[in-house]
This record gives sequence, structure tokens and C-alpha cells, in this order.
Amino acid sequence: MAHRIEIALGEDVRDARGERICDEISHFLHLPVHEVRSIDVYTVDAELSRDLLEKIAAGPFCDPVIQTWTVDRPQGKDFDFAVEVGFRPGVTDNVGRTAREAAEYLIPRPFSSEEGVYYSVQYLIKGDLQQSDVEKIASGLLCNTLIQRYAVVSSAEFAAKRGFPAYVPKVSGETRAEVREIDLEVSDEELLRISKDGVLALTLEEMKIIQGHYRDPKVIEMRRSQGLGAKPTDVELECLAQTWSEHCKHKIFAGTVHYEDENGNRTEIKSLFKSFIQRTTKDVRERLGNRDFCLSVFKDNAGVIRFNDTHSLVFKVETHNSPSALDPYGGALTGIVGVNRDPFGTGQGAKLIFNTDVFCFADPFYDKPLPARLLHPRRIYEGVIEGVEHGGNKSGIPTVNGSIVFDERFCGKPLVFCGTAGLMPAEVNGRPGHEKSIMPGDLIVMSGGRIGKDGIHGATFSSEELNENSPVTAVQIGDPITQKRMFDFLIRARDKGLYRFITDNGAGGLSSSIGEMAGECGGCRMDLAKAPLKYPGLNPWEILISEAQERMSLAVPPEKIDEFMAMSKRFGVESTVLGEFTDTGVFHILFGDRTVASLPMEFMHEGLPPMQLPAKWTPPVHTEPVLEGKADYADDLRALLSSLNICSKESVVRRYDHEVQGGSVVKPFTGVANDGPSDAAVVRPILDSFEGVVTAHGICPRYSDIDTYHMTANAIDEALRNYVAVGGSLELVAGLDNFCWCDPVLSEKTPDGPYKMAQLVRSNQALYDLCLAYNLPLISGKDSMKNDFYDGTTKISIPPTLLFSVIGKMDDSRKAVTMDVKRPGDLVYLLGKTADELGGSEFLAMKGLVGNKVPKVDAERAYRRYKAYHETVMAGTVASCHDLSDGGLAVAAAEAAFAGGFGISMDLAKVLWHGDQAGRNDLTLLFSESASRHLVTVRPDRRGEFESLMSGNCFACVGVVTAEPLLAIIGLNGSEVIKAGLAELKESWQNTLREL
Amino acid sequence: MSDKTRAIVITGNGTNCETEAAHACRLGGFDEAVIAHIAEILSGEITLDDFHFLNLTGGFLDGDDLGSAKAQANRLTNARVSGTGERLVEQFIRFIDNGKLILGVCNGFQLMVKMGMLPALDGNHLNQTATLTHNDCGRFQDRWCYLKVDADSPSIYTKGIVNGIYLPVRHGEGKFLCTDQDTMGRIEAGHLSVLKYADEKFQAPTMDFPLNPNGSQNAIAGLCDPTGRLMGLMPHPEAFVHYTQHPRWSREQLPETGDGLILYRNAAEYVRNNLV
Repeated sequence: MAHRIEIALGEDVRDARGERICDEISHFLHLPVHEVRSIDVYTVDAELSRDLLEKIAAGPFCDPVIQTWTVDRPQGKDFDFAVEVGFRPGVTDNVGRTAREAAEYLIPRPFSSEEGVYYSVQYLIKGDLQQSDVEKIASGLLCNTLIQRYAVVSSAEFAAKRGFPAYVPKVSGETRAEVREIDLEVSDEELLRISKDGVLALTLEEMKIIQGHYRDPKVIEMRRSQGLGAKPTDVELECLAQTWSEHCKHKIFAGTVHYEDENGNRTEIKSLFKSFIQRTTKDVRERLGNRDFCLSVFKDNAGVIRFNDTHSLVFKVETHNSPSALDPYGGALTGIVGVNRDPFGTGQGAKLIFNTDVFCFADPFYDKPLPARLLHPRRIYEGVIEGVEHGGNKSGIPTVNGSIVFDERFCGKPLVFCGTAGLMPAEVNGRPGHEKSIMPGDLIVMSGGRIGKDGIHGATFSSEELNENSPVTAVQIGDPITQKRMFDFLIRARDKGLYRFITDNGAGGLSSSIGEMAGECGGCRMDLAKAPLKYPGLNPWEILISEAQERMSLAVPPEKIDEFMAMSKRFGVESTVLGEFTDTGVFHILFGDRTVASLPMEFMHEGLPPMQLPAKWTPPVHTEPVLEGKADYADDLRALLSSLNICSKESVVRRYDHEVQGGSVVKPFTGVANDGPSDAAVVRPILDSFEGVVTAHGICPRYSDIDTYHMTANAIDEALRNYVAVGGSLELVAGLDNFCWCDPVLSEKTPDGPYKMAQLVRSNQALYDLCLAYNLPLISGKDSMKNDFYDGTTKISIPPTLLFSVIGKMDDSRKAVTMDVKRPGDLVYLLGKTADELGGSEFLAMKGLVGNKVPKVDAERAYRRYKAYHETVMAGTVASCHDLSDGGLAVAAAEAAFAGGFGISMDLAKVLWHGDQAGRNDLTLLFSESASRHLVTVRPDRRGEFESLMSGNCFACVGVVTAEPLLAIIGLNGSEVIKAGLAELKESWQNTLREL
Repeated sequence: MSDKTRAIVITGNGTNCETEAAHACRLGGFDEAVIAHIAEILSGEITLDDFHFLNLTGGFLDGDDLGSAKAQANRLTNARVSGTGERLVEQFIRFIDNGKLILGVCNGFQLMVKMGMLPALDGNHLNQTATLTHNDCGRFQDRWCYLKVDADSPSIYTKGIVNGIYLPVRHGEGKFLCTDQDTMGRIEAGHLSVLKYADEKFQAPTMDFPLNPNGSQNAIAGLCDPTGRLMGLMPHPEAFVHYTQHPRWSREQLPETGDGLILYRNAAEYVRNNLV
């Protein structure tokens, strides 16, 4: 029988959770609520004596100083409505899992597999409300009905029924090990129906390739010998669907593009990935020659570069967009703990040293109607931020760099980029740390969490647009603690040499991880009946493709298995031998004695012909804005500082631990009051060394409205100029590309596919051009190509977005430079030239305009200047440096000044200009977003040295730091165009998101 | 046992700050600083008896799922060490009874308070009398705080600190609460509330956010037991042992070592003078 243990706060104890909910109800739903109190509810489904239940309640579940407990007796009183929210059956319940473990220390026997503890929260709401209002609170705020259930009762009903009944969200069912055969000898319509109904995301062409495979007499013969019929099993079809999904196979980047440019010139591009991304790295590495620092690129879960003689750096950035749209908290949490496994599972394994996060949202204050199934941007904002907060903080990995980008179109799908870097020994047990192998005969071992229905069809679902029928099971909730335990164990197992190969279980689950590992040695034999399950009722195909989290797959040599398993047990981590790797050329899956899938490795990995993708570039033409010159731009500057894309994100950033592990040198915030926005992060991963890792990023989706070539060029330049600003070395820096696109494949739903595809081509062209100019090898990346919402009537496509991240080194992190001005009298320099480039700028966006004159990067000049600037940093001549990006010179100067607490006095006439003089005016000089510029301050006594190191480059002394806390900018005609107090500028900048 | 001064840092189940805590111990002067996974202690491979200074450091033990550090408090109290039949908590009590040192930081402070190791007014180290709960602002906070030191405190860790120290806090549940007036009175009378959130001149304790980041009662940030050998604090001393960790190092003239190091130096000196 199930028992309810309720834990309530004492009457005089402040209920911070309740207060927050209360605030959100009034701010967000505008309902008259006076008070919300909350109660933790543990439903213990186990045969336990009253005495033991009381011991559990009073012990681990209750804090005796501030809480009270009851067993099977409700504590709620003095309220109008009660809402109880708990998980649906099978959803990861981290608190329930911890509660169960805690209870097991107090009872004489462990819980049986039938028993469990389930967590829910009861909210007691006081206010002048109707039942329907409370339903709205429950479904609109307290509960995500996709993964949670709720019940609402009035106080009268609560009293009559003595509270809520015990509810046990147990998954019921039996494992029947059902394997269906699917008849593919059917019509084309029927083939498509099979794909669609099964969320396989396979096209007709792909279904026909599979149909053809099963018609091959040799295949039929081989199958017969293994006791399989001629028709594919559901295990096989699901496995192929995962392996061939856009998410796993990157079919768009691998496809053949037929590209036509604006002049009608046609070219055929065989694989964007090979032609641009791989070629970039190959060409840069060739040019670097013996200075090449790349160790492992593209082939592993993350890229690896050299750090020093003893250590290598690992970095990967992923997206988790579709799950975050459905369940922002769980989706984002899974995003961050998921990307943690990538560097961890690279080479022989890496220690994780920092996270980076970039989020793209719609306006959280959005107040127009939304299509059904889309969550309000504010809920996405709250949920994603909290999910990544919990995932990062609980894992003990500092979040050192990130940003939040806003655009209305991200209400169709938010973008949640999560990156993780790691550090691995250059050598592990006598072998390079970034290398690994598998020998036939090695055992297939899965470590970490158990398999459930969570995350089934994640890979295929994210390969389609979001729609009203997107599957519930595609969402998972990460469990950072189970993962942390697994990492604690595996990093020690690595150092003892207990495994030969490690990889992550992410999209596609075992079908992908074991499928890829089997590719290393030429086959495998795996028994799904051995896999540990969270609950019964999973069929073999579900076990194979489940994306249940916190699992790594390993190849363990037979002679090490006993030691591996014993250590795993000691560290409280579940590990299971599922089979062995072979060299038979077959992906052979059993359930017990019975073969349920037999797929030739070659067909799985090479069976898919490239997609054929039309692309036609027609440059868009926007209305060219006519901008009236003004005498005073202070109001414009304040408005820009308050805009969502520019304003301070401190309320978010302070929720992320950016200092754990003790290595932070340049933190997200800097300056006299610790609140100026840093350009990049510097981290010391080895505490008794001053060698620093530097990381930064660039992202500017607005420029895609004009030209994705320049969007990409500016993103890369922004990443590198941020990196350079703090002192990152150009001798050792690598890039990662994360493409998030709207579907570019021509179809009925996407008639503008050729344009979107052409945008992708142009973006790739820029990627190659810029990276080559900047000597930036690409070491890893990812693409997410279906970021659209479509419900049959409304289609929302995100603006094509490239996140470009860089990772590199500075030999002595004590030379790092921060963005805050340091002292009055320092000279203010602007490095780089300014041009009439307001197209796609924050300034025009603020006026509701786009324009056409997108900033263009002069990479050759910029690179030379960045190198010279780096020398000035190494020489110690630079007091501060801030990059110019959104909002241009005026915004950068305001930020540098108020961060440092001293004014800046500046003359626009001294700013170097590039291009037609006709466009040179105060407005463009202040707000143009021309690329590759830095605002630098230098102590007067270092002036000579600074200028001589910079000589031969475009730079100009444009002003001076002043004691007076004022930003004073003189216009071209000699009169002040901006004069504003730093306090008010800072207030404008900080006000927008302060309360969120 | 040799005459080496030995520090141990326990990790596992969500502890995150073990590397920098061990680093701080070494910088502070300990001859050895061992990071021990809780599994290695429960299996009997490593025993607390071989060490002088125990660090319970920051993290999210068991995800703080039952309230910060609650599940670990339960584990330490009830789990048994393999092969010996003794409960782990007996090793802890023996460690304390032998006059050794325990420093709890952040999650480790929460653990000590919830096990009853602090303030331990009557020498009972297993009776919880205070707590640490959710910040008043309702959010996790990573920010730096000015901590005024009580010079009359028995804490052996804070000896020699003139006015106060500047350290980062990084927590969601750092609000110190003691509902019993008598206990609170004894904490204050005994100068056990060794660190208090204060203004930047370390002049007076403050309840104002963000100087006081969590709304702690009496602005308490750190607490010791009456012997001064057991201490816990929400701010992270191990996170400020070198000037480059200071948020404003690039604009201020700072000494080479950070404010947090003194706690480890004092611990090492105490061990050297009293325990080896």
C-alpha cells in the first residue's frame, strides 16, 4: 500500500518557493492571489511498518528546525485551493530516486523492483479565485502536462476527502519482448504512412532503399540462416531510422547541392560538410605546418587540440532545441548534461572544465496570441534558464561564457546551445589520450542510468518540424547526480586502463552508440534482454533506441571486466555487459536467444545515397532606411542599452556558478562594481600553472535577413575579436561551428527551400573564407536543420543562425585584459575603421527596420591588427579592451565607462572612416556595427610603446578616460551629440531583465 | 603515523570542489592533501583516522534533492564501513574526539549543520539545532561578499584576520536560520558566528541584498563550534587563494595570495603545533 509523507515548512518560516510562484501568478497570469505555500509530498509505495515510515519522514525527509512531517495525514490548512503536481509514470523523478536511496539506509532490506518513492509538490493557494482560475494556474504555470499531472481541489473538498489520495505513477506492463515484422511490399502511400505513423522520419526514397535491401536474394538467404523472415523486424526498421535520421546522419550537410548564384552561375557541391567544413580544417592545418595543434577533429564526440606537453583540450557545442520547446526545463537540463558526455566520451575520456551556454528566445514580454502547443516565451525563458542552471551547477562545471539572443521568430523554436570543454592527459597508460580502439572480442558494456521509454524517437522527432502531435516520449529529464557518479567512477577507471573505448549514449541510444562502435571493429553481437530497465514493458526496439540519459557505452577487454565491474559496484554505478564486439560485418542484435535484428554494417552506414538539394540565391532587397540626423543621440543610446539583445543579463548569469573548480581568471562580470560584461572567459584548468584557456563566441542571426554570408563572417569575427580582446593567442585557437537552420529542403511545406538552402551554401562559403584568413581550424560542430514550427496553418521559421565558438590559449593568464576602463587620464583608442554599415543593426531593429548595408569583414586587415594588438597585450600596455558589436561604438563606450566607474570623453571626428564619405555622419559613427573593432584604453606613459606595436594598422586615439562619471561624445560639427551620466546609462542597461 | 600533516577532502555523490580544496590545503602548508571518494571510505580502503584535517567541501550532494546535504547527512549517519562493522559516523566522532579539524564549505557547511556537527553547543555533534535554507531571493547566487570576522571567536581558522575577508558565495540554500532563541543567544554569546556578511569596509553586519546574499539570520555566513576546531561557512575560501581569482584583480593592486588561504594556513599551523 502507498503512503503519503508530507513535509511542510513551519508556520513562521518563509516559503521562498511559494513566494516565487505567487509573484509569477500575479505578474504572469494577472490573477488575484494573496499567498502560496508549498508542501513536499513523498509517496512511498512499499510495505513498511508505521514505525519505519515515521523514521524515514522524521529523518532524511524532514529538516526538524524548519519543517514538520506527517504520515498519511494532510498538513494543508488555511487556503482556498490546493494543487498537487507530480510526474507522469516513467518520467525521470530525481527527488524520488534520492528519497528512495535515503529510505533504504533506514530499512532492513532494499526496496523491491515493484516498490518505489515518488515526489510531488502541493501548492496551497489563497486568493479570490474560481476553480477555472486555479486550473489555469496549474496548467499554465505549475505543471507541464506533457510530463506532469496535476489535481486541483477546493478547501471544502480537501476537508471532506481528507486531502489528496495517494497516487502512484508507476509504469505498469510486462515485457513481452514483442517483435513485429513490417511488410514493405506495399504501395508508396503505405510506405509513407509507415514512416509517418512510426515517427521514423524516413522519406519515400529512403523507404524504397530499405524495401530494395530486403528484396535482395543474398540478404534473404542470410536472414534465413539466422532464423529471420524476409520482412524487416521493427527493431531493424527503427534502427535504420535512427541511423539515417537527419539528426544522426546530417543528410543535408552530406547531400549534393545544386547551387545557382545571383548571376545564374550553377555549381554542384558534393557535401557541404566535406567541401567547406572539412576542407577548412585540412587547408588551415596544411598552412600551419609544424605549428598545427589539432589532435582529433570531427571523428570523435568532440574535437581535441593541444594545450601543453602534458594536456590536451577537448571542446564540443550541441543544441537541444526541439525538446526545449516542449519541456523547457527538462529539455535544457538534458541539453547541458548531454553535451557533458561528449567531451567526457572523447578519446579515452576527459575531465570537464567549463560549460558555455547561448540561448535564442522570443521576447519574454511577448503579449500577442500564440499558436496552440507553443509555450509562452517567458515560460521557455524561465524553464531553459533553470534547466541549464541545475544541470551545470549540480555537475560542478563552471559556466564561464554565454549570451542570450532575442528575436520574435524564436517563439517557433528556441535555440539552446550548450558547450562543454574538457582537459585530458596527453598520454593515458602509454597511449595518446585522444586515441582509442576496439578489438573483436571486447565486451560491450553500458554504464550509468537505466533504460526507459524516455527519449524514444528523440533523434527522428528532431528531424521534423515541431507540430501538434510531436511525441511525448521524445522528452527526457537529465539527472546530473547519476551522471556525476558515473563520471567519478569512469575517470578513475580510465586511469587504471580498465576500458579500451568509451562513447556517449545520446541521440538514437544504443542503436547509435553501439552501431558506431561496431563500425570501429566491424560488427557486434548484443543481447537486449540483458539491458537494465527502469520498469518492465519495453519491447526490444524501444530498448535499442531509447535515449534515456546518463549512460556511456564502453568496450572493455575481457581480462579487465572483473576489475571494471567490481569498481563500478563500489562506486555505486550500474554497469552491464550486453554482448561483444565482433568482426563479422554484421550489427547482430538478440533478445535472449532470438535474433531480432541483423543488419550488414555496410548497409547501415553506407546504404544511403546523397540527397539532391536545389539551392538558388536571390539577394533580398529591403527598403533602404532614410535616417534623419539629430543633434542629440542620448535617448537612442539609452534605448539601445535597454534593448533585449544589449541589456545586462546579470540576473541570469549570477544563477550560474562560474567559479567552481577555482580556475576563473576573467569572469562573466568585471569592473569596479563587478557588473561590466566581459568579452570572453579565461580559465586556468591546472591550478598550479598560469596557462589559461580562453573561450568566446559570436552569433548574429539578424544579419541573415540580408545575407547569410555576412552573418557568418561577422559571427566568426565576433568570436575571434572577443577572444583576442582578453588576450587569447592567435597561435593556438580553434573554432566550432553550430548551424541552426530552418528546413532548407524543397517540399510542399517548404516552397522557399532553394532560398534557405542557398543561405546555407553562402554561410558555408563564408565559413571557409574567414577561417582560412584567420588560421582557424574547425575541430567540431553540429547542425540542427529543422527549426520550424508548423501546425498546418501557421509556419514560423527561425532566422538562419550560426553560433561560432572559439577555444584557445594564453600562455600567462596574468596578462589577461578586462573591458572596464581603469583610471582617468588613460587614452581611448579605437582599433579598426568604421563604415556606413547599419544594415541588420540593433539601431535599425529598434526602429523596426532592416536595411541592406550589412557589415562586411575585411579579414586580412583584421587578422594583422589582432596580431599586433596581441603583442600590445603581451607587452602589458593595454589597460582595458572592449569589443564593438551590437549597438556599435556608443554602446561599447558606455559599457566600458560604467563598468570602470570613470567617464569617457570622445570625438567622432577622430574615428577612422572606411568607404563613401556620403554615409559618414554622427549616427553611423555612433551606431554602425562595422566588424573587427576594439575600444582600447592605454596609460599615457605606455602610449609610445602601444602605438609603435600597432603601427601599420588602422587605429586612432579618439578620446580620454575622465574622472567625471559622464559619457561625452563630440559630433562631427564639434558639438556634443551624447552627454549622459554613467549612473543613468547603467540603469538603462540593467533595468530590462533585472526582475526576471 | 609519520609526522606529516595530512588533509583529506571527501568527494562523491555530487561534491564538486574537491580539486581546489585539496590545492588550497597544499598551498596552506599541508604535507599531503588526499582526495578520497566516499566509496573508498565506505569500502574501508581509506580511513579518516589517518588524517588531521577533514574538508567537507562544496557541491550538490545527491542533487540537494531532499534539501541541501540532507541525503548525505543520512548516509554518513547510517552507512557502515565494509569489513569493520562500524558506522561511518563513528569515524567522524572519533576524529572530533581526537581533537582534529573539520572545515565545511558551502554544501559541506550545510552537511555539518544538518548532521549536528555545528554549532554543537553541548558537545553533541549529532543533534541538529540550526539549519541552512533557501535564499530569500529564491535563486542560486554566484557573487562576492564582504565577511566581517569576529576577532573574539574561538575559531582556529580565522586567527590573524584583521577586519574581514572577501570571498565568493555560490549557493541557493545559504540562509542561516536558528529558530530557538536560546541557541541563537548562545551562538552569539560564545562568538561562534565567526563570519558575518558586511559592508565593504567590514564595519557592520548587514541584512541588505546583495551584500547579504541570502537573508541569513544575524547575517551569519560562518559558524564554529565552541572548541573552534570545527567550522563551516557558506562562502568559498578555496576559491580565493590567488589574486587572479579576485573579480577585480585586473584593476586593483592585490597581494599574491587571496583572502581564503589564511583559513588553510591556520589549519596547517594548528595541526603542526598540536597534532603531529
